[in-house]
Amino acid sequence: MLTRVLGALAALALLATPALAQEGGGGLDETINQIFADYTSWYVAIIFADLPGTNFSWIALWLVVAALIFTLYFGFIQFKGFVHSIKLVKGDYSDPNDAGEVSHFQALATALSGTVGLGNIAGVAVAVGIGGPGATFWMIIAGLFGMATKFTECTLGVKYRNEYPDGTVSGGPMYYMVKGFKDRGLPGGRVFAVIFCIFTILGALGGGNMFQANQAHAQLSGVLGGYPGWITGVVLAVITFAVIAGGLKSIARVTEKVVPFMGIFYVLVSIVILLRNYDEILWAFGQIFEGAFTGLGVAGGFTGALIQGFRRAAFSNEAGIGSAAIAHSAVRTKTPVTEGYVALLEPFIDTVVICTMTALVIVITGVLQQDPETGLYVWNAEAGRIMTEGGVQGVELTSAAYAQAFSWFPPLLAISVVLFAFSTMLSWSYYGMKAVTYLFGEGKVQELTFKTIFCLFIIIGSAASLGPVIDFSDAMLFSMAVVNVIALYLLMPIVRGELDIYVKRLRAGEIKKYQ
Amino acid sequence: MPEKLVVGYDGSAAAKRALDFAVAVAKAQNASIVIAHVLEWSPYSFLTPEELEERHVRRRRELERAEAHVITPVREKLADSGIEIETVMRYGHSAEVLLSIAKDNGATQIVVGRDGQGRLAARMFGSTAANLIQVAPLPCTIVP
Repeated sequence: MLTRVLGALAALALLATPALAQEGGGGLDETINQIFADYTSWYVAIIFADLPGTNFSWIALWLVVAALIFTLYFGFIQFKGFVHSIKLVKGDYSDPNDAGEVSHFQALATALSGTVGLGNIAGVAVAVGIGGPGATFWMIIAGLFGMATKFTECTLGVKYRNEYPDGTVSGGPMYYMVKGFKDRGLPGGRVFAVIFCIFTILGALGGGNMFQANQAHAQLSGVLGGYPGWITGVVLAVITFAVIAGGLKSIARVTEKVVPFMGIFYVLVSIVILLRNYDEILWAFGQIFEGAFTGLGVAGGFTGALIQGFRRAAFSNEAGIGSAAIAHSAVRTKTPVTEGYVALLEPFIDTVVICTMTALVIVITGVLQQDPETGLYVWNAEAGRIMTEGGVQGVELTSAAYAQAFSWFPPLLAISVVLFAFSTMLSWSYYGMKAVTYLFGEGKVQELTFKTIFCLFIIIGSAASLGPVIDFSDAMLFSMAVVNVIALYLLMPIVRGELDIYVKRLRAGEIKKYQ
Repeated sequence: MPEKLVVGYDGSAAAKRALDFAVAVAKAQNASIVIAHVLEWSPYSFLTPEELEERHVRRRRELERAEAHVITPVREKLADSGIEIETVMRYGHSAEVLLSIAKDNGATQIVVGRDGQGRLAARMFGSTAANLIQVAPLPCTIVP
């Protein structure tokens, strides 16, 4: 089975590569697009289908409703436990004798560098460009609720991880599906796990790889002037291969160290821009609130803003998708709930802080065109978004907004985007790898096959605008969420049990504080 | 209360000089020695997912290696010295960990070596010796 599945993927990758080298999407490129679309478009249509009578995809609602249910079920854990989460990350409850093991901070930082990325920079611009400033409000709301989802999945990830005799650990939804279902006497855990792993592998190749490579190239060619995408692809693929297969760990380490600083730098620059326009901050928040409930001229009004905001939050912080549960499961802790507490900070940092910064800067710098008389945004019905200077959208809109304040920012933003994309790719290569080894067992052949395919897909991703392929892989990413969230619903009583015990012990002072 | 010395020891030449000094002091004062080996580690560093996964194993290996190459030789060397010896291995920031070991053991003095290289890193971030001098609540001896 392994050879057949992976072989088919490899064949697809090899087929596509030479065609893409020609650029421009002639002949073979088009053919692949067509064949791929014929076979997959029905699935994409199902996953991204809009709810009847709206343009709100059910998958975004699925994630938001899940977040809301977990929030209520765990009694607003993200607010009540927020301070405790920060204390855990700071190491207040860490036994100094366990120093040298993975700390809460490290698990959080690693998981974050997998999620913070294009969504925060490009995705927000798309949301605000279509949904107006009000989208920001709904994005923040969805981000706040999403914290409870992360809490649930990461607690389970740690509780049901596998620890091997050699001391390494493997965790993630596939493990809690099998072991957790068994604990609750539910059938089908293994089936869930296998389906989840298949989606994870495909999602890793798509949203976690091709989409990232594609956007990285778009940024680079925007700054360096247009050049063929396969060049970016080959360079990225070679570097990635050297890292994930060649054991060139130093690059991965450098990336892991640089990316957090890039994130901090991005937030700092945003704050500086906001402070320079301090007299307009209140106005910007006013726009966000007003837009949230009226739309301020965007298509669909109130719902238009809401849909965009919910969508962006759900797609940006990966709450419910299950990837974070894989990253968090390596932490060394006696109480799995503590990792849940730590993980709930992730959507907060990703969505509530970083995404909001981007949105505020876009609103405050006035790159979205507004009718001075009515105060409404000028709607470009043809493009389906708010008019902007030069008609820019996505990451270019973000770039334009920051350039209003600092003309030197776009090249730096391009570097950040490439680095964010690269670190997201590295993280997803790991998640994909975990799914491969779960399905096919550990082994050099399986691992190398997957890593090779992964790198070939980088070239495809950056060389072409293979719309259907990228749509399909995004659909896979959200298919992970369908399977994972069902599992979370079934397993949430277990998390509740863990949480109740922990809170009781914490109140009784049985959890030792070291600092 | 009998004197107890904590010696920061990593097997380097400077650490050996510090230990020799501490042994001489201990013999003269009939003191005991805690040999502390600190593996430099920050819980706030950034790791890749693979590193997270392997961390527990690596930690065990690092401790085994330190035991074999740093702690065991020194134990053997001092076996016949007649001095009461304890050994501790801990992860963390050198100066902080030495202080906490000293506190835990009720030590009366900390002895560390100094390599005297005056490296740029030491100038910028402060050496273990310099950190100890600034914050230690008990006497410290820096052996050049």
